[in-house]
Amino acid sequence: MTTQPRRILVAIKRVVDYNVRIRVKPDGSGVMLDGVKLSINPFDQIAIEEALRIKERGRADEVVIATIAPADAQSTLRNALAMGAQRALHVVPDGTLEPLGVARVLLKLIEKEQPFLVILGKQAIDDDNNQTGQMLAALWDRPQATFASKIELTDTAARVTREVDAGLETIEVDLPAVVTTDLRLNEPRFVKLPEIMKAKTKPLESITLASLGVATDTRVKVTKTEPPPGRQRGIMVKDAAALFAELQKRSLV
Amino acid sequence: MTQVLAKVLVIAEHANGKLNVSTAKTIKAAASLAGAEVVVAVFSTAGSPVAAQAAQFAGVSRVLEVTHAANEHQLAATLAPQVAEVGKPFTHLFAPSTTFGKDLMPRVAALLDAPQLSDVMSIESATRFRRPIYAGNAITTVEVSAGAKVIATIRTASFEAAAAGGSAKVEAVASSAALPSHSRFVSLAAAAGDRPDLQSASKVISGGRALASADAFKLIYGLADKMGAAVGASRAAVDAGYAPNDMQVGQTGKIIAPELYIAIGISGAIQHLTGIKDARTIVAINKDSEAPIFEVADIGIVGDLFQIVPELEKLIDASRK
Repeated sequence: MTTQPRRILVAIKRVVDYNVRIRVKPDGSGVMLDGVKLSINPFDQIAIEEALRIKERGRADEVVIATIAPADAQSTLRNALAMGAQRALHVVPDGTLEPLGVARVLLKLIEKEQPFLVILGKQAIDDDNNQTGQMLAALWDRPQATFASKIELTDTAARVTREVDAGLETIEVDLPAVVTTDLRLNEPRFVKLPEIMKAKTKPLESITLASLGVATDTRVKVTKTEPPPGRQRGIMVKDAAALFAELQKRSLV
Repeated sequence: MTQVLAKVLVIAEHANGKLNVSTAKTIKAAASLAGAEVVVAVFSTAGSPVAAQAAQFAGVSRVLEVTHAANEHQLAATLAPQVAEVGKPFTHLFAPSTTFGKDLMPRVAALLDAPQLSDVMSIESATRFRRPIYAGNAITTVEVSAGAKVIATIRTASFEAAAAGGSAKVEAVASSAALPSHSRFVSLAAAAGDRPDLQSASKVISGGRALASADAFKLIYGLADKMGAAVGASRAAVDAGYAPNDMQVGQTGKIIAPELYIAIGISGAIQHLTGIKDARTIVAINKDSEAPIFEVADIGIVGDLFQIVPELEKLIDASRK
């Protein structure tokens, strides 16, 4: 008799590397992406790391990575596998998906993989939407614990500390559940060369979007992209007295 | 062509019987949509004073009050089915882009099969909005398909608070939505202290990595208390352990728009500047004359913060004698 392996699904997105200084195209049609370095979304790296640590503590048997990205994003998945995940799922879409479409695709993968925990970054640093995890939890009709800075697991529940505006909120959610990561959850490990070699032979399953049969209609169209309005450089003062005088003049002190 | 009038439902954020100021800003944003009817929904427990508070804002036509014992702690999983039910007749559902709104609204959008817009900074029409991407390094204009319900979080730093002077009627609304029991509140470790709230303060003083220790951060607290200001910190200062997480100002922390922002020992990484660019007046104190913070500062001073801050405190003291 075999029992179902305890599985964690981690959904990741390939984005423009966080060190790249973004430039808006002069015609307002978007941002320049040609030749720009692409990496795993930093919040998603934290998600992978957390899943691996849970497995290393013996609370999970397998970490499965999923992404929805063009065919050339395989190297991104290999990087995730090199961190230590066991398998990867690569859904190749025909166009761009809105967060609700992404959540629908991930729900299909959940039905296939039956994870007890799904971890995602709280937001991708390109679109800054911060939506997919919450939408997935709603469609799955399961709990969500967003902006996590600490996750403690029992066999049936997760106790999650969340970074909220008022401080640190702790909630308890029954499993299975969706957790989204905040910056201070952990520090992702560096990948070692032997792991990169090993990752090349790990299972990577390619799935066409069409085969999943989900609605991926677009309802939000970006019509213009502009650089942000700049602030004017102000004046320089030479010492504390001059600063104080300037603040007084502006009725700020 | 007939124009369908917008009906906007603003989801109130509140805690401990008090409406959060971000709600007033969201009301203001909703009212900026020409011809819109603005209704506020308050999900609370019986006897809560919050609905009456919401009724006092100018521009609010009605307040819907949904009371339920489960609303004591505002968990997204519990609130979302109620919001989705009450929100059905509305064309737009807005909440502030705080951790409350960011947690809740995508869940609501999925329940209503609607698209969601995050961090809306301006409302051009009932279907056209502007919002930042790439940590504020680009601003997009987006158009939502006609007929789709618009679920949005409102970037509160982009809007002023709605004025008082309204007297909307409060209507009790019963919700029959099934509420889950799979999510439970355990505790809240609130940011301590009696200083003004960082998100709503008119003056904010922030410290950065140059403070070099948690102990030195007392310098920031001292000046802030003299000036009646809230205290913030750069991500570098938070990561180094000089200040707690909830003080972090920037794209990954709090986005604020005070009258006065004083950045002390903060170089001005783009993600920090994103969090303060709507401040009325920015003052920068930094040793490095090349620091990017000076490019956005209204008043800059190059020098040693450990010398300038105490001097500034003395000048403030002297002026009050």
